[in-house]
Amino acid sequence: MLTIKDLHVQFDTRHGVVDAVRGVNLHLDRGETLGIVGESGSGKSVTAFSLLRILDSGGRITGGHIDYRGIDLSQVDNASMNDIRGREISMIFQNPRAALNPIRKVGHQIEDVLRHHAQATRYDARAKAVAALEEVQIKDAASRYHAYPFELSGGMCQRVVIALALACKPQLLIADEPTTGLDVTTQKTVMDLIQALAQDRNMGVVLITHDLGLAGTYCDQLVVMKDGEIVEQGAPQKLTKNAVHDYTRRLLAATPHRGKQLHELVVDGVEKPIPPAGDILLSVNAVTKTYAGKAGPVQALQGVSFDIQRGGCLGLVGESGSGKSTLSSIIARLQDATSGDVQFNGASLFNAPASKYAKDTRRSEIQMVFQDATDSLNPRQTAAQSIAEPLRHLTTMNRLERNDRVEQLAEDVGLPLALLSRLPHQLSGGQKARVGIARALAVQPKLLILDEPTAALDVSIQALILNLLADLRHRLNLTYLFVSHDLSVVQMLCDTVVVMRLGQVEEMGPTEQVLSQPQSDYTRQLLQAMPTPLFA
Amino acid sequence: MSAVAQHSFVSHVAYVLRQNPVTLIAFTLLAALIVCAVFGPALVPYDPLASSDTILQPPSAAHWFGTDHLGRDVFSRVIVATRLDMAISIGAVALSFVAGSILGCIAGYWGGWFDSIISRGLDMIMAFPLFVLAMGIVAALGNTVENVIYATAVINTPFYARVVRAEVNIRREAGFVQAAKLAGNSDYRIVAMHIFPNALPPMMVQVSLNMGWAVLNAAGLSFIGLGVRPPTPEWGIMVAEGANYIISGEWWLALFPGLWLMLAVFTFNLLGDGLRDMVDPRQRL
Repeated sequence: MLTIKDLHVQFDTRHGVVDAVRGVNLHLDRGETLGIVGESGSGKSVTAFSLLRILDSGGRITGGHIDYRGIDLSQVDNASMNDIRGREISMIFQNPRAALNPIRKVGHQIEDVLRHHAQATRYDARAKAVAALEEVQIKDAASRYHAYPFELSGGMCQRVVIALALACKPQLLIADEPTTGLDVTTQKTVMDLIQALAQDRNMGVVLITHDLGLAGTYCDQLVVMKDGEIVEQGAPQKLTKNAVHDYTRRLLAATPHRGKQLHELVVDGVEKPIPPAGDILLSVNAVTKTYAGKAGPVQALQGVSFDIQRGGCLGLVGESGSGKSTLSSIIARLQDATSGDVQFNGASLFNAPASKYAKDTRRSEIQMVFQDATDSLNPRQTAAQSIAEPLRHLTTMNRLERNDRVEQLAEDVGLPLALLSRLPHQLSGGQKARVGIARALAVQPKLLILDEPTAALDVSIQALILNLLADLRHRLNLTYLFVSHDLSVVQMLCDTVVVMRLGQVEEMGPTEQVLSQPQSDYTRQLLQAMPTPLFA
Repeated sequence: MSAVAQHSFVSHVAYVLRQNPVTLIAFTLLAALIVCAVFGPALVPYDPLASSDTILQPPSAAHWFGTDHLGRDVFSRVIVATRLDMAISIGAVALSFVAGSILGCIAGYWGGWFDSIISRGLDMIMAFPLFVLAMGIVAALGNTVENVIYATAVINTPFYARVVRAEVNIRREAGFVQAAKLAGNSDYRIVAMHIFPNALPPMMVQVSLNMGWAVLNAAGLSFIGLGVRPPTPEWGIMVAEGANYIISGEWWLALFPGLWLMLAVFTFNLLGDGLRDMVDPRQRL
């Protein structure tokens, strides 16, 4: 159905022409699912965008043929291309919230597409839009028709986007990282839905992802891309068993699954000894947090209690809205609890008022690595300035001492010294994550809160960062509170797990025990969503 | 490292100027205006205040823009007036920039009562016809150049405060602000050193537009007889004086100061995009 021959795409940038895609060949049959796997910057999205000719400004197809059922998509004029988009070839985007118009009801947005492609008239558009919503298994579709995007959860939004993409019964669906940013349980239902719909309609699917585990589970054919070129392709089983290229092997290793050890994520990884557990460093006692919402008070935390031992690593697991981020910001004293107590090193954290806390010694003893490395760095500060920021306010170091410490920290987290003078937007995702970790470590904290530090990173970078964290914990004798929605990551790093749901502790215990004998239904659901080993 | 940073800023400015010819033109015109403002009296062929016998002469080689009803050289007066008009507009914009930034930061960061009081106060200023408000302020405070600056600053402050309030508000919960709190910054430092600098790019667009308005406003006040008084050369006064002679055919008296005024406003309005790109770190590569 789709054949791409020797595709070349170039971008004009401030530093001259960049070859984003260099001679890509692809083939996709009807009813087949093709996975394009690679890390950011590998050209996988650019390849997909050039299919629909929606490249960013400055980008152009400089060579090759894109043959779709006998039509060369690289030559077709814009008017015919508009007919093809949505009706023949459709696309699901990475961030479902950004892909929906925030001020239009979702039902109307589906009607727009249907009527634009003359698939519906004014009279039957509404019925067809509701039918489209029903098809993506949205419960109570008739009333959801009137919902605005902000009223829906991330998973629901992605279903609406899928309904939009499939409304005109396209033959080919391009899914660009459709589940990045969704919880693992939602990720599984969304992918299952795409797979079922594709089978029903005998539709071709191109799945673009950085997650080899995901692609291996859902695709018939895999293509691994690096630096704008295809380095390896084949069926998932074949590819995982006899990967030839180094890069594919590295990707395979970096993909977490149940039972995998942390050091197995990287090639030549060494197992780190787990530091012996000491006395209790942090003790959370019946902490509650209530927000004033529009429809009455919202209980974000309803009495959460657990302990962390000195030198231990506790994994706080739950989906978005479970209260895990609220709890971690209460422990970091970024917001106040409504009731309850947090004991740190034997004294209550709440005995100093929030306004005086900036000068409290415990400000430097509890530090945090934030979820979104891009958002957590000041766009106007260089990497060195960001790392030095805590040193300036929480220590008495002079300028020279600070510079030395920043360089030492950069070495600790594996950040090349030359990158220290760069601004955040000049760094890659993994480098920004390293800057964030270096900043948190600058004042030698006792407890480090890690709020999904790898959620926004490619699996290969995630593997490196997780190993770095394990290494630092061992070398600097740190205690971790690791917040995540992903059990497969938590099981590798943490020795204790606390599963949270709707502001309450659902289950807690040693990692091994929780994984092998889950007590609650919710933990079992999380376990089911974990990817299984690809090698089996 | 600061030397490296400085060099990269200079090369970034050079890049912005090269990339956008409109910005280059705007900055060239601005440079010309600044030269006129600084060296004005030294550059012009005649004393702008000296009258002579050659009254109401049309433009010629000796008097490029002609002469006025007292025989003063219009060209010299137009050039010399640049300093006063620029001083009024820059002074007014600087004052309203500072006042608007402080008010906007307080309203945007602390919210609540501060926000309500400040926002409603600014709304009240904007509810007046701004030029009439400026007239009222100058009339009440006294007819001096300083009061023209204060009046222009007052009517421009709400625009800055609103931009800053919105920019600060959306960044209040940003990750880097939380990180700054963890790094031991006080609330004041966070607003001043972390959030406010990130609001600069949109502020620069506002500055350039406001500079144009401020020049027009100052000229407008002088035109109706407030603020600067004759015989001081000032574009608004010159247009006002020249307007009487248009009917009798002496068009150059009003036209040339008017053109110069237009050129200045035009220059400031064109500066906006270029200034924004220069202070936005994300534009750097």
